Amino acid sequence: MNPRTRILLTALSAFVLLGGAVIFALVARDSGPPLSKGDSRGTPSLAAHDRLIFLSGRHLASVPANATTGHAVVSDLQCVRVYAAAGTGACMHQDDPWHYSLLTLDATLRQTSRHKIAGLPNRLRVSASGQMVSWTTFIGGESYNKGGFSTRTGILDLRTGTSVPNLETFAIHIAGHRSHAIDHNVWGVTFASDDNRFYASLATGDDRYLVQGDLAARTLTTLESNVECPSLSPDGTRIAFKQAVDNDPRKGWRLSVLDLKTRTITHLAETASVDDQAAWLDDSTVAYTLRAADGTPSIWSVPADGSGNPTLVRNNAESPAVI
Amino acid sequence: VTFQGTALAFLFVYLSTIDRSLPRRETAGRRVSANVMALGAVSLVTDISAEMVVAVLPIYLVMGLSLSPAAYGAIDGLYTGATALLRLVGGYAADRTQRRKFVAGLGYGISCVAKLGLLAAGRSVGLIGAVIAVDRAGKGLRTAPRDAMITLSTPPDDLGRAFGIHRTMDSIGAFLGPLVAMAVLWLAADSFDAVFVASFCIAALAVVVLVLFVRDRRETLSGAQPVVVRSIGTLISAPGVLRLVAAAILLGLATIGEGFVYLLLQDRQDLSLVWFPLLAVGSNLAFLLLATPLGILADRVGRLPVMLAGYVALALAYLALLLPGGWALLVIVLLLNGTFYAATDGVLMALAGGILPTGLRTTGIAMVQTGQALAYLGSSVLFGLAWTFWGQLVALTGAAGMVAITVIATTVLLRRPRQTADAR
Repeated sequence: MNPRTRILLTALSAFVLLGGAVIFALVARDSGPPLSKGDSRGTPSLAAHDRLIFLSGRHLASVPANATTGHAVVSDLQCVRVYAAAGTGACMHQDDPWHYSLLTLDATLRQTSRHKIAGLPNRLRVSASGQMVSWTTFIGGESYNKGGFSTRTGILDLRTGTSVPNLETFAIHIAGHRSHAIDHNVWGVTFASDDNRFYASLATGDDRYLVQGDLAARTLTTLESNVECPSLSPDGTRIAFKQAVDNDPRKGWRLSVLDLKTRTITHLAETASVDDQAAWLDDSTVAYTLRAADGTPSIWSVPADGSGNPTLVRNNAESPAVI
Repeated sequence: VTFQGTALAFLFVYLSTIDRSLPRRETAGRRVSANVMALGAVSLVTDISAEMVVAVLPIYLVMGLSLSPAAYGAIDGLYTGATALLRLVGGYAADRTQRRKFVAGLGYGISCVAKLGLLAAGRSVGLIGAVIAVDRAGKGLRTAPRDAMITLSTPPDDLGRAFGIHRTMDSIGAFLGPLVAMAVLWLAADSFDAVFVASFCIAALAVVVLVLFVRDRRETLSGAQPVVVRSIGTLISAPGVLRLVAAAILLGLATIGEGFVYLLLQDRQDLSLVWFPLLAVGSNLAFLLLATPLGILADRVGRLPVMLAGYVALALAYLALLLPGGWALLVIVLLLNGTFYAATDGVLMALAGGILPTGLRTTGIAMVQTGQALAYLGSSVLFGLAWTFWGQLVALTGAAGMVAITVIATTVLLRRPRQTADAR
């Protein structure tokens, strides 16, 4: 084969192969939200009532809260995590696999603000009033057989537009003493009804605490230990959270409820390990995401008093919030 | 489309060099042979394909499939030692049949098909692990015959330069891979499937270049004794071969693994885990800039001094990791680490080319590379244990101490054989 033929053959192969790769990429680009049977495309309203907002194939979707396995309305908006309350939505959006943004949304899913966030999206909450948003990202560690990890948690005040980018800068008090440890990590904020107090998890060393935060005073104070990802009940009396089995997160987490007045802890009927910040469906039920071994998510609910059994809310769905 | 255009432009630049150098090959003494350039082009294109996947895999598993990062570690850590045997078998088969190009092509082909396997594996962790094992097997199979073909296409005095240029081209590919992956993700609106398909297409193109432009150079070996299992005994007893394998094992023992180096850097810098694979890009940049000059230097001043200088760079990198963080530290460590690889990786193969008998060269190279790979596996496990039980200071000081021992032992081992092998 002479050199000219070889070059022509190579050029032809290059054209076909690289062209094929580009065409595949462009086709992959145009595929819209994956719709399950019976679902329809549309723009769910965040001002509606008694609806479950969730993610279906990473797209914001909505179903009636009393018929969660039924037909969903799936929007074009892509989020890695979503939450909504009082007509305000929050969406952690992937700009590209290395960069993420926090989007705030009005009731018609129109973007009202956009904030770059560092790291990989992890937790997201909107206060019951729809005025405050808090997010948590994983910054580093967490992998490569290093036990530790590092999170970053911020709070955004939609009334004033101000934000606290990192709650670790607050004055931290552990068991009554001011802590200056350098390995503080804060994650999983849940807001109280006054939009100033909040609860969150705090870790330093091997210890994980429930903290009460005060936004105006810029303080975090520990209340209990071995509490992660708190979620305050709508009546403000109890906190659903994940409790590390034998106080060792490597053994998984038991979904539990803490009564803030009596300080008693009740294990809920869900025995599978729950790695999620639960969402209250009403004052007696909590919902959470479970993942199959291959990563496929599903939303489940369980009574908040330790009775009953877990119930499937919806398959192929994650990140629940009831409006 | 810029990505396609750039890739095509690169390809044509290389192909035109290959073609023009063909008639002049015999006369231009200091030129690198067309075969080495062709193998370099194959490695360049293949490494674009391979590093595309390496760069997106952690993100794909953690964000795309929502798997825990621990699952990624399990997938990534497996199979390093498992491909060792396959490498030896491949090396022996290539010598026995004298079909080095075929065995190398098989390796390139297997890795190419594995890229489509990632698409087929879907969300199953087990299948993804299996596909990565197949991909590594292909890499294990092709390396020794490829390096043997480079030595057989190059006069002994120019081996340093030939390997330097090959490794430079190889790491240009490794440097471009993550960038191409980002371009595809941008073009495909973050579809990982599109990255895998593009990686497959690019790998297939490399196989086409291999088939069309690489020559097996079987003619140089005609009349040589047929290779049988017993020949391995002859190989081991040939002068300098055991010393060479011992030096390769020492090289493996001195290397704690780039993964640990990046992990230590991450520890200092609070780097997000998503940037982790991109640290390799920094190391690669130093490697690609230095591989050719250091290879040429090795031909001039001797291969041993250049290797020893590489070890000094490595020891300095380990000691630098003991300093407090900062971006300057990151740059210095990546630079020293890249220098070490540039001064040892191709240079060791150049040394091997001068020592191993031609008829058994692929087997010999496979032995050298296997010894190095297994020793490296052992040293990274030891380093991990030392880090866990005694902390970074002890682990890093120990690693630097191991490098010092390696420098002395390598000097003793390779001083004499180098003189016999390179006698001019």
